[in-house]
Amino acid sequence: MAQKVLIPLDGNEVAPRFDLAAEVWLGLLADDGRVSEERTLVLPQASAEGLCRLAITEKVEVLICGAIEDEYYQYLNWKKVRVLDSVIGSRRDALQALAEGRLDSGAILVERAGTLLGAT
Amino acid sequence: MTIDQPARITGLFRGAVEAVALLDEIPLGLALLDSELRVIALNRGAEALLGITRRQARGIPCRHVLRNNLCLHNCPARRLTPEAQPLCLEGNIINRERQKIPVRVSFAAVLDLDGQPVGYLEALEDLRLLQQLGAGKARSYSFATIIGHCAEMQRIFQILPGIAQTDSSVLITGETGTGKDVLAEAIHQASARAKGPFVKVNCGALPETLLESELFGHRKGAFTGAVEHKPGRFRLAHNGSLFLTEVGDLPLTLQVKLLSFLDDKVIYPLGGSSGVQVDVRVIAATHRNLEQMARDGRFREDLLFRLNVVRLHLPPLRERGEDLRLLLDHFLRTLTTEFQRPIKGFSEAAMNRLLAYPYPGNVRELRNLVEYAVNICHEDTIEVQHLPVFLTTTPTNPAPAATSTESASNTAPAAELNHAAAPATAPARNWPEAERRLILDALTRAGGRRDRAAQLLGWGRSTLWRKMKHHEIDG
Repeated sequence: MAQKVLIPLDGNEVAPRFDLAAEVWLGLLADDGRVSEERTLVLPQASAEGLCRLAITEKVEVLICGAIEDEYYQYLNWKKVRVLDSVIGSRRDALQALAEGRLDSGAILVERAGTLLGAT
Repeated sequence: MTIDQPARITGLFRGAVEAVALLDEIPLGLALLDSELRVIALNRGAEALLGITRRQARGIPCRHVLRNNLCLHNCPARRLTPEAQPLCLEGNIINRERQKIPVRVSFAAVLDLDGQPVGYLEALEDLRLLQQLGAGKARSYSFATIIGHCAEMQRIFQILPGIAQTDSSVLITGETGTGKDVLAEAIHQASARAKGPFVKVNCGALPETLLESELFGHRKGAFTGAVEHKPGRFRLAHNGSLFLTEVGDLPLTLQVKLLSFLDDKVIYPLGGSSGVQVDVRVIAATHRNLEQMARDGRFREDLLFRLNVVRLHLPPLRERGEDLRLLLDHFLRTLTTEFQRPIKGFSEAAMNRLLAYPYPGNVRELRNLVEYAVNICHEDTIEVQHLPVFLTTTPTNPAPAATSTESASNTAPAAELNHAAAPATAPARNWPEAERRLILDALTRAGGRRDRAAQLLGWGRSTLWRKMKHHEIDG
C-alpha cells in the first residue's frame, strides 16, 4: 500500500533544517519502492508553520526531515503524521530506506569521509 | 588514514597527549572540520550541546551535524579566505533533543605550516542563559551599567537593544562625564559582536601622524622607525567594534580615510599597496557640536552624515531631574559594597548640598564625589563634613528641598578653607573662575606645596595638577 511522503529539500538532500527548507518533495511511495504522483514545490518562504500546514492539507502520512523543533514534531505526531527526523542523506536514499522498512529517526545514509581523529 | 587511531599532540608536553582529550577540557562546544567541511572531531562540550556523539558525527558534512541556521544561508566557511580573520556570528541550532538553542559561533581557518587552509575550527557558545538575563534587563530602568528614570534616558534604554543588534554606525554626543564611553561599550556588549574585541581610540590624544599609523596600521619600512608590520586599531577590532572617542578632534586628513572606510570597509595601511577588508562596527563619540564644526569647515559634512546613522544624545546631569538622587543612592550602594564600609546613607544636609551642586563634570563627577565621601566617612551616615571642601564653599543653585537651617550647618565643617575662601573680592561669576580661585587659595594656604593643597581641596595630586594646567596656574 502506498504512503504519502513529504521531504523538505536542500538540493537533492533531506534539508538539514525543517524550518529553513524552501523546497519540498511530495509523492506516493509504494511498498516496492516505486514513486508516483511526485512533485516538488518551491515555497514562497521557509516556515515551519507553513510546512506543517502543507503536510496536513496534503494528508501526508510520513515526513522525512532533518532537524525539527519539538513543538512541530509533537504537533505533527498528534495529527497522525509519522515524523522521521534527523535523517541525513539524499531524497532517493531516504525513500529507498523507507520502502525497505529500515528508515528510522537519526538515520545516516551518506558515506562518511575518511577522517583523521579517532574517537577515544 | 586510520579512522579509529587516536590523534596525538607531541612537542607541547613531556609526553604525547590525545588531541580530542585536550579539546574536551575546553568548556565550549568545539568542532574540528576538514577542508570539505566534514566533521573530524567534536569535543565533549559539542557532544552535549548537539546531542550527538563524535563517533556518530565523524565524517558527516557539518551542516547535518551542527544544524545551524548560518550553515544554510550564511556559511562562515564560504566567507573565510586564508588571510581573513576568524569570524564571530550569532545564530541558532536545533539539537537532537529538538531544542532550538541560540548560539554564538566563532569560525577560524586552520592553516598548515605553509599558511594554507587545511580545515576549520568551529566554536559554539550556548547563549540561552545570556538571553534570559537580557530579557530581564529589558524591563529594568537600566542598560548595562547605565541607570536612569528620566524620560530622555528611558527613551535611550528602549531603543538601545535594537540599535545594538544592528551594524549601523552610532554617534554618541553629550557633555563630558555623561557616560559616552560606558554607553559605547554597553552597545558593543549587547551586540552580536560582543565576543569580538572592543577597541577604543581617543582621536584627540595623539598627533596626526601617529594617529594614522595607530588607526590604519603600517607596513614594515613605511617610514623611519617602522621596523615591523603594525596591524592598526581597525584590524585589531575585526569582528568587533571600534570606538572613536573625541571624533571631533580627528584631523581633516584622517577624516577622509575614515570616510573611505565607512564606504567600502577597506583600510589601507601606511606604506601598503593593497587594502585590507575588515569587519568593524564604528561607534563614535564627541562632546563637540559637530554640526557647528561642519559649518566652520573643521569637520567634514559627508563624514558627519555617515557617522550620524544612529545618534544618541546623553543629557547632562542637570537636565536629568530625579536621576540625581537615584545616581547618588546607586553609587553610594555600589561603593560602600566595594570598599566594605557600613554607610547607610546621606544626612539630609549632605544630600541637599549634593542635590544643589550643578555637576559640571556630570555623572563622572558625581561618582567621584560619592567615592570621596565614602572614603572619608567613618560613621554610618555621610555628613556635610565628609564632602569635598569645594562643594561646601562654592555657591550652588538652591536645592528644591533646601531649608535655611541646613545652610547654616553647611558652612561650619568647611571651615578650614572657608575663612580664606571668603575674601573681600567680588563673588566668582562662573565655576571655572571659582575653581581657579579655590586652587590659588589652597596653594597659598599650603605655602605652595601641592600635596597639602590637594589635601585641602580633597583632590588627588594628579587632579590638582590637571586642573592647575587647565587654569594655567604655574606651581
